[in-house]
Amino acid sequence: MNHSLNEHTLKAFDGDLITLRGLIAEIGGRAEKAVEGAMAALANNDHDLARQVVEGDKRIDALEEQIDRMVIQTIALRAPMADDLRELVAALKISGVVERIGDYAKNIAKRVLLIDADQQIDAARLLPAMADATRQLVDDAFTAFAKRDADLAVAVCAQDKTVDDFYNSIFRALIAHMIEYPEHVGAGTHLLFIAKNLERIGDHATNVAEMVYFAVMGQSMNERERGDDALAPGSD
Amino acid sequence: MLDNLASANTKAKMSARDVRVFYGPKEAIKGVSIDIDMDNVVAFIGPSGCGKSTFLRTLNRMNDTIPIARVEGDITLDGENIYSSSMDVVQLRARVGMVFQKPNPFPKSIYDNVAYGPRIHGLAPNKAELDQIVENSLVRAGLWNEVKDRLQDSGTALSGGQQQRLCIARAIAVDPEVILMDEPCSALDPIATAKIEELIHELRGRYAIVIVTHNMQQAARVSQKTAFFHLGTMVEYGDTSDIFTNPREERTRDYITGRYG
Repeated sequence: MNHSLNEHTLKAFDGDLITLRGLIAEIGGRAEKAVEGAMAALANNDHDLARQVVEGDKRIDALEEQIDRMVIQTIALRAPMADDLRELVAALKISGVVERIGDYAKNIAKRVLLIDADQQIDAARLLPAMADATRQLVDDAFTAFAKRDADLAVAVCAQDKTVDDFYNSIFRALIAHMIEYPEHVGAGTHLLFIAKNLERIGDHATNVAEMVYFAVMGQSMNERERGDDALAPGSD
Repeated sequence: MLDNLASANTKAKMSARDVRVFYGPKEAIKGVSIDIDMDNVVAFIGPSGCGKSTFLRTLNRMNDTIPIARVEGDITLDGENIYSSSMDVVQLRARVGMVFQKPNPFPKSIYDNVAYGPRIHGLAPNKAELDQIVENSLVRAGLWNEVKDRLQDSGTALSGGQQQRLCIARAIAVDPEVILMDEPCSALDPIATAKIEELIHELRGRYAIVIVTHNMQQAARVSQKTAFFHLGTMVEYGDTSDIFTNPREERTRDYITGRYG
């Protein structure tokens, strides 16, 4: 089936959908920025930036509410069907998932404020690379939404394995380090949670991608395309 | 598509195969095949002029009344060709009843409207049995409680929604097997519409029901199967839940999402 869609006879409906897509793009962009900011704050021990990330999460929460209201209103007023209905349901779920991504970024930023900057832990040196991979995943998931690109959505799900691998590696390195240097357990635990948060953000990016796939294709992504959800140590 | 139909054929109440309808030289229906069973309400949707009402009317030979109309193909009721010369058309229309867009009660009493069919078909040997048929039909049509104390009032004095339910009671009174409804709610307010829709739910299983509607929400609410018609062809026929969430055909999608022409 052709995935490009013509305009509605009722132009105001197109206006609603365009507004909604704009809001999704905004919330996604803000979540991505929050992840980036939190990790930059960690790298530079920048407490001002960390506080900005914490503060900025309020805007993400507000956007989620705005999107939810708009989806409900559009369903009520426009009685959407087929592709339109699926896109609206996807938007509703995506806004909830992105709000969680924002929360994880906020949690990372809060930990930056608590970590003792004097404790340099070499075992966490992979964290910036993991953060890059995670941020890229979030970016791709929202690009897939904006372009109605099911192939990119599948790619996002496949790429999540990279983030999982980073997490497994960092997990092992940090545990080994903390056994050797018990005085680093405080900072090490924060870093471990930060890695875990990034891993969860990656999972949520795949959730967004799965919603995009559903909206475009009208069916759920199958197991093979989703890729194996390898159980990471300490993952739930 | 014919392969899909063959497997479902065993429980089909009515089957149409490659049905074509001509109005003079114009081909209004261009080869439609469909099975209708007792368990699923079937909705026909599509833009004006797509042929959905024309096709509906072939199912009880209402097109016979139009001199220039000609029907080709096979339509069977319980395996019997309804266009064969041995088919009694009056009997056919008792077995395949019809409800129209505008409620059209006879200018007679409520009682006589419902009793009319059983009388002409000789279904009730005495007054007591006729009374029973009238009551049962009105109960099934969800109208009994509203009219039981005024059965001798004129049917035309009822409200629009009540008149439509009276017409359904009239169709039911001759114990049909199939009920065809041609936009039965388009002249009714939302509450009367909801009552008809609820009635359709209750009648499902007892009768095979086919409904033509312009209101896609209504098709979604009352039917289990939906057929989308466009320019005289049946573009897509499937489970209503699939048609409205994930149609296979682009033309179906454009129509139901409001992108049609």
